[in-house]
Amino acid sequence: MPSRPTDAEVDRIFQALADATRRDIVRRVIGREQRVSDLAGRYEMSFAAVQKHVAVLERSGLVAKRRQGREQIVSPVVATIGRARGLLDELEALWRGRIDRMAAILQEDAAAAHAER
Amino acid sequence: MPVIDTSQDDTSFTVVTEFDAPVERVWELWADARQLERWWGPPGYPATFTRHDFTVPGRSVYWMPGDGDVHPNYAAWSFVDIQPPNALEVDNGFADETGEPVPGFPWNRFSVRLEADGPRTRMTVRVAFGSAAELERMLGYGMREGFLAALSQTDAILAEG
Repeated sequence: MPSRPTDAEVDRIFQALADATRRDIVRRVIGREQRVSDLAGRYEMSFAAVQKHVAVLERSGLVAKRRQGREQIVSPVVATIGRARGLLDELEALWRGRIDRMAAILQEDAAAAHAER
Repeated sequence: MPVIDTSQDDTSFTVVTEFDAPVERVWELWADARQLERWWGPPGYPATFTRHDFTVPGRSVYWMPGDGDVHPNYAAWSFVDIQPPNALEVDNGFADETGEPVPGFPWNRFSVRLEADGPRTRMTVRVAFGSAAELERMLGYGMREGFLAALSQTDAILAEG
């Protein structure tokens, strides 16, 4: 198990995911490894701009980059992507739990009203 | 399942749900401390409200069992807006027993909207957070377990493609 991320690491992850292009790159990379040149062909921006986005993702630890001949290959880093997911999943689970408990209290009302009849 | 929709952006999370009860009844779940403490804390971490000044400006203070070394056991609400029985806006965060914020634990704002849908009530809760680090501190208790559980699920999610 990887250790608990530091605040700085977590912030880098979220800053990296704060941009739509970078989120799209992560989605594609999770599907399968991507060549930087292929990624660059998908967006209406310069090769250098796409490279910059990949560099931000790389610094956040969400993706890794390696060289293969003339190509640069971008691959997902499962552990880091899991961290980013975990935070929001936890918040959602917390509120789903609260809502379930609220609904249970309201149901008790209905049951009590029924019993009085 | 009462939850009908969830959505998120970079700095907020929104959950929409519908209850089989009128708006006034759902509002009581927020306004009455004794009812609130039956659902606010997760199982095993019940919240005990020692104060619930449900006015603007007003403050609520609650206590939850937890790891006092990691974060304070008290938390508080500061009311920003209250429009019975439809709207509520609250600043929420870890605090000392008097309800004062504790340095190093940023507060976050959440808003609640209740709308009548015939005899039912649609509730929308929006939770704002400034950054992931704040989100993590906000969640506090149970975070480590949730984090590890989410990590272990990730492989399966990624395997699905």
